[in-house]
Amino acid sequence: MSTPLPLAEQFQYGLDAPICLTWELTYACNLACVHCLSSSGRRDPRELSTAECKAVIDELERMQVFYVNIGGGEPTVRSDFWELVDYATAHHVGVKFSTNGVRITPEVAARLAASDYVDMQISLDGATEAVNDAVRGPGSYQTAMRAMANLAAAGFRGFKLSVVVTRHNAGQLDEFKAIADRFGAQLRLTRLRPSGRGADVWDELHPTAAQQRELYDWLVAHGERVLTGDSFFHLAAYGDALPGLNLCGAGRMVCLIDPVGDVYACPFAIHDSFRAGNVRGEGGFTGVWRTSELFADLRQPQTGGACTSCSAFDACRGGCMAAKFFTGLPLDGPDPECVKGHGAAALAAVDLELVPKPSLDHSRPASRRAGPVPVTIGARPPDRACEESPLAGLRL
Amino acid sequence: MPAQVSIRPERFGALLYHFGTRRLSFLKSPELLKVVQVLADFPTARAACTDAGVSAAELPAYRAALATLAASEMIRERKPS
Repeated sequence: MSTPLPLAEQFQYGLDAPICLTWELTYACNLACVHCLSSSGRRDPRELSTAECKAVIDELERMQVFYVNIGGGEPTVRSDFWELVDYATAHHVGVKFSTNGVRITPEVAARLAASDYVDMQISLDGATEAVNDAVRGPGSYQTAMRAMANLAAAGFRGFKLSVVVTRHNAGQLDEFKAIADRFGAQLRLTRLRPSGRGADVWDELHPTAAQQRELYDWLVAHGERVLTGDSFFHLAAYGDALPGLNLCGAGRMVCLIDPVGDVYACPFAIHDSFRAGNVRGEGGFTGVWRTSELFADLRQPQTGGACTSCSAFDACRGGCMAAKFFTGLPLDGPDPECVKGHGAAALAAVDLELVPKPSLDHSRPASRRAGPVPVTIGARPPDRACEESPLAGLRL
Repeated sequence: MPAQVSIRPERFGALLYHFGTRRLSFLKSPELLKVVQVLADFPTARAACTDAGVSAAELPAYRAALATLAASEMIRERKPS
């Protein structure tokens, strides 16, 4: 049997269609998680209509995209959410969706349990209420627990419990596993990215070097029983690769469609620099995937830059493009969480003024973290000392 | 091949996705894809391989590849009708 190139190298040059893609259906969300990678909160008025979404699904069916990872925002708050899920599965496009659990009632759970083509994940970022709610907001732990209890009671086996690993929950991996086991779910751990609002909290929330090492050992010990969505491939530089392809699929095997139809290289790269086009354009999604210049660039052999001489480069491939971009590191340099420590050194040299900011922000006004409020202080002195009238000095 | 398995031909061979187990597999050569596509038309896997042009020397490699696919439920023994 001939194998001309290892699969990983084949994938570097991209596929004619994504294997799967992430589709954020709405920026609207009932929560305001501090690390939200899409800076969600408010619905965007330009959101794709039901008909436009169905046209995208028709294209995905023709391209034989196996499944879509639907997220948001909180996708279930779209009034046509279940209609779109049914439409996708009827058109042979499998659905996995991420939810905070707010709409997973016993009735919905029963309906989900009956479908072979729908998978879902409940997000939880702390194995205890205190740790979770500090990141995801008050009440979100109870919401997720109630949703999982409903799913378990409805007989939905093997849904996913999805956890973003942070400095505060990295010590709770066994507890997360116990929660997943209790509800007949499978644990999925993913990496905190400095994307969206995550950029604001990454410094204080990303796992320490020691925690990364423990995480890696824990993942190796648990093998394929714990999913990672390939998100920790930068840890492969510790030694053995983790289960999965261990490579960045951005624009090659995966991509993101955002609520207004913009197509980005990956879900963690919502920024003009990684925007390949829009599904509303003439060629639709297929045209963007096959002809965008950005994706063509990403499918060129990538240079390792400063990493090329590192003994671990073949394992980690320089890590995550989005993590580098949003921490101000060069894309051909080390990952900010490089296990060899090269990222920490590179970060120290970054000019914070030049770090790219997310291009979009749908946060609700109050959900940005409290911090200094920029004000313009007028150069004009007060009209009079102790003038109490709020209209003092107002000129109409 | 179970109805829940979807097959997508690629330059290197094919991608397989199982909607039940939600697992992805790869067929690493166009020849293996051909074998998998004709499996159901032959009484034995060996006969399918022969039809697809697999030489005797290559049979063990195909046996191993098919066993891996069977282990992940991408293909299965046909039910007696």
